[in-house]
Amino acid sequence: MRFTKDHEWVRLEGDVATVGISKHAADALGDVVFVETPEAGKSFNQGDSFAVVESVKAASDVYAPVSGEVVEGNAALASAPETVNADPEGEGWFAKIKISDASQVEALMDQAAYDAFLATL
Amino acid sequence: MSDQALKNTPLNAAHRALGARMVGFGGYDMPVQYEGVLAEHRWTREHAGLFDVSHMGQAKITGADAIAQFQRFVPGDYEILKAGKQKYSLLLNAEGGIMDDLMAGKPDHDGLYVVVNAGNKDADFAFLNANLAGDATLIVLDDRALLAIQGPEAAEVMAKHEPALAEMGFMDSARLMLFGVDCFVSRSGYTGEDGYEISVPNADAERVWNTILEDARVKPIGLGARDSLRLEAGLPLHGHDVDATTSPVEAALTFALSKSRKEAADFNGAERILKELAEGPSRVRIALHVKEGAPAREGAEIADMDGNLIGVITSGGPSPTLGRNIAMGYAPPAFAALGTELKVIVRGKPAAAEVVATPFVATRYYRKPKA
Repeated sequence: MRFTKDHEWVRLEGDVATVGISKHAADALGDVVFVETPEAGKSFNQGDSFAVVESVKAASDVYAPVSGEVVEGNAALASAPETVNADPEGEGWFAKIKISDASQVEALMDQAAYDAFLATL
Repeated sequence: MSDQALKNTPLNAAHRALGARMVGFGGYDMPVQYEGVLAEHRWTREHAGLFDVSHMGQAKITGADAIAQFQRFVPGDYEILKAGKQKYSLLLNAEGGIMDDLMAGKPDHDGLYVVVNAGNKDADFAFLNANLAGDATLIVLDDRALLAIQGPEAAEVMAKHEPALAEMGFMDSARLMLFGVDCFVSRSGYTGEDGYEISVPNADAERVWNTILEDARVKPIGLGARDSLRLEAGLPLHGHDVDATTSPVEAALTFALSKSRKEAADFNGAERILKELAEGPSRVRIALHVKEGAPAREGAEIADMDGNLIGVITSGGPSPTLGRNIAMGYAPPAFAALGTELKVIVRGKPAAAEVVATPFVATRYYRKPKA
């Protein structure tokens, strides 16, 4: 699993990246009450806002950690947004993206680097 | 505000010891949540929540002319307010705009005790200092903390500490010895629940806070849940739902305009306010159920069914009690009738909304049985 400085994560299987927000991000948001995930077929560049996550207090953009085309958005989050708090790096995934540039994934932080980054915050 | 050092309330260390997440609010370093906004919201609706609201401004206005002078800037009748009562009011500018909303009461026989919003208190107190004439003196009580205990079990919890508190009715205001110290107590709050606001000397705040928290029915509640609770109760937040451009008529706060004061028309902004009462305002605060999609928050636009933009949301979010999204905002009176179908536009997407009555969640204030 790889991470961005904006606290998204990426898990690559073949050329499809499953992406979500890290446990750190989910904990910082607090109770998630609404998630808007992208529809299949939409394309995003790395760094584009591709989803929205809302806590009781505020709405936050989620940025595409890699460029590519959405294969599937996690529709289950519409009716169960609390999954993002319960299992942010598993069942709480946001989308599966067919990546266009594998080197973007390689350039992201691994778990150890992300943990070290979190320690600096 | 953000580039200034945040101030601490006397309970700052207590919040940190409880593991609170702290944020800047109204110039203070305040707890936004302890265990989580939803859990705290629900606990307050079901049991009793304890809030640190020491960031709010407390003051006394004393002197023979205290009430007459204060009334020049508020539309409520404090002459006829009985001793031991308080009344919600609005600090008005010369144009009839709401500089702040406030509680003012008669807890003792020494003028008025006033509580104003944190973010406005410096401006409010400067204004009053500059404008109170005659024998009227503003005494800022910055030596006091303010705690609120709110929820259906609040009265039982507090009766254990002082049985006399159970005898107070909604909006009663008292000065009494509580926890061994001189306190101002009112039976009121900002959640729609029964409860009290308790003003204690700073030096005693942490002891009183911890003593109240010893009761298992009480949990500490942060500003996050305070906001969602007040939204459900339909209570406006100054700086968001009302501001210095909003009149009491636009804000749907006409209950704060006392009959005698309207007849006398002797308060700041009376001309505009009476004109709006007679002819209707150009916009009015409305409450909405947002029936689909994301929460509509401050800044989201309101459209009619033809897509014409007619107004804006001033606060909104999920209602934990109702399990649906609720909001307040402004629209022309033609769109303010209950049941009116409207659209709210969130991130470019129109979502169905309906004008509803406030409070969104029924209030449970304690009304004393008539003797």
